[in-house]
Formats: sequence, structure tokens, C-alpha cells
Amino acid sequence: MKDLIEDIERWRAGGQRVALARVVAVVGSGPRDPGAAMAINEASEVIGSVSGGCVEGAVVTEALGVIESGEPRLCTFGYSDDEAFAVGLTCGGTVRIFIEPLN
Amino acid sequence: MDKIFSTLASCISAQEPVAIATVIERSDVTQGQNPSPAELGATILVSHIRGVQGSLGHEKLDAVVARDVDAALSSGRSVARHYGSAGESRLDDVTVFIDVFAPPPRMIIFGAVDFTTALVKVAKVLGYHVTVCDAREVFATKRRFPDADDVVVAWPHVYLETVADRLGALDAVCVLTHDHKFDIPAIAAALSTSVGYLGAMGSRKTHAERVERLIDAGVEPSLLNEIMAPIGLAIGARTPEETAVAICAEIIARRANAEVRSLRDETGPIHLVAS
Repeated sequence: MKDLIEDIERWRAGGQRVALARVVAVVGSGPRDPGAAMAINEASEVIGSVSGGCVEGAVVTEALGVIESGEPRLCTFGYSDDEAFAVGLTCGGTVRIFIEPLN
Repeated sequence: MDKIFSTLASCISAQEPVAIATVIERSDVTQGQNPSPAELGATILVSHIRGVQGSLGHEKLDAVVARDVDAALSSGRSVARHYGSAGESRLDDVTVFIDVFAPPPRMIIFGAVDFTTALVKVAKVLGYHVTVCDAREVFATKRRFPDADDVVVAWPHVYLETVADRLGALDAVCVLTHDHKFDIPAIAAALSTSVGYLGAMGSRKTHAERVERLIDAGVEPSLLNEIMAPIGLAIGARTPEETAVAICAEIIARRANAEVRSLRDETGPIHLVAS
């Protein structure tokens, strides 16, 4: 998240609504450790990352929902047979991501 | 989180160790557990310099979490933990994510040589705060090492004394001088710190001589095994840039306890003969 602070501060100073998404738990093989973060503003600009690119798209969608509702949410992304076409991690692990509004 | 964000930003830009703890999950009455007064997203900030700011909704929970944050700050790892509503252990009414922001690890490079220029660059990519130190002021210039955070003209062991108590498991000292006059006191001084990685450049022959001189200088022989020399992984590196990658890869591998071949653990020439 360190690398995101400057951009987040700039967005906030410019009156943009911002959501912060952080990896809070990884079960099995995951590409990024807890603490990996990305930030999304209401114009859908994105900085940072929470995986190897596997779930970023879905996180953006969730984050825009968080900006709209103002309510934080905890999302779980993983791979299972019956969800083969849902968003998952190609590495086979499960990642939990906490998304919260920053305004 | 919203209210604390500016303080967090100030701590990070001042390179102070800081952590935030955020409620990411809470039970509710329908689950038959104790409803937690903690609000989803409630955050406290913990800094040794600024104390504890904010609240998770219960004083006792704040106190217990702040204690766990202290432990997380020492380990440098972000982690999710479960608590009872009033901070009880072994209960799971509330999940708190402790997010640690440690200042960047330090790399101190002794010797202002060509290999240093490349090592500074690779170390910066990896997020190190990099100091280049050499006693020869002609070589130790900011102009030669524009990417370094600090360029210090001083005898290595003298400089090391000024930062010794700040060096920890994630930090690295790389001795690239190739000159016993500078190497020996620098390595001896580094061995008395808690630095996580100590590597020294030079051939096996150079290092064998160095070991004798270190013992003559009064270094405890059991400590000599701490020195990674010849420095770097055995990846056949030749250029300064390749060597910098070999050194940084060795630092990562040692920290992760990964089993890979270091030059130190091999025999024969350190530069592979081109076939």
C-alpha cells in the first residue's frame, strides 16, 4: 500500500471518491501476501494489484459497488470445480480481499 | 480507516514503523455468537512514536489488538486475527486485519566500484534504502551513484558503528571493496551487528586470506560462517549487472530459507568458463 498513498491522497484532495482493496488472507498458493493492495477511484482509475492479474477485474467491480454504497465488504476469490468459470486464481489458492471506502 | 488515513500517510512518508488494524468481519446475533460492537471497517493506528489512535468499538479489544500489533511490527508481517467482542482470545466474534508498514530494509554497500553502481540499481528495484560508503572521496560521490539514497565518505567500520543498532534481520551489508585494508575492519564490525545478510566479494583465494586476517584481528571463528563469500548465487554471473542480480537473489533466498546454490557452497572458479 505504501506505493499507493501518494495517488490516493491526490485523488482524495481532488474530491474523488476512493475505495481501497487489501489482501487480508491467502489460503493455499496465492500470488501476493496479505497487505497487497489496490485502490480504485470513482472514475475507475486503478493503482496497485492484489494478485497476478487473476482477480483484479472482479475487485474493480466490487470496489465500484463499495464506493456507491459506502459499505465495506469482505470478498473471497478462489477456484473450485463447480465455479470453474467464475473468477478464480489460476494458481489454485483462495484469497480474501477486504474492500472499504476511503471517504 | 478514513480518519486515520492521513496520519498513516505521514508515518509512512517519515519512514516511521506503523501498523493499522481494521475490523474485516464480525459476527451478528443470528449466528448465535456475541454480537460485536465493532463496526466493519473500524480501524486503529499503532505507532511507537504516535501511540494508539482510533477505536475498534471496545476499549479492551483495542488494548489486546494494540499488543498484537506490536508483535506484528517486530515480525514485519501483515496478518488477520480473531478475537471475542471484548478482545478475548479463542473466540471468533470479530476478525481484525493487522497491516504492517515497516520502513524499507537497508542495504549498506562498502566500496564505490563499478559493481556497486549495478548493485544500487537492483537493490532499489527491491525497495531497499541504499547507502554507499567508501573512504576514498574521489570515488564515493553522489554523481557516480545517483540512485543511492546516501553516499558516505568514511571508513566502513567507522560508518557502521553509527548505524549498527538499527540493523536487523531484513537488512544487508555487502562488502565489495576487495581490499583487505577496508574489508577486514568492515566485516569484523558487521559481524558484531544483527544484520541479516553479510556478503563479501572476492575469489575463494581472496576470501581464504581474508579469513586468516579476520581471525588475526580477533574475530570469533564460529562467526565466520555468517559471511557469504564469494558473494552471490552460482548463476554464472559475469557482468556487474548480472553479479548484482546474483547477490540480491542470494539475499532473498537466505531470508526465505530457500535451498539454492550459493557460490560459497561450491568449489572451483566463481566465473564459469565460456564453452
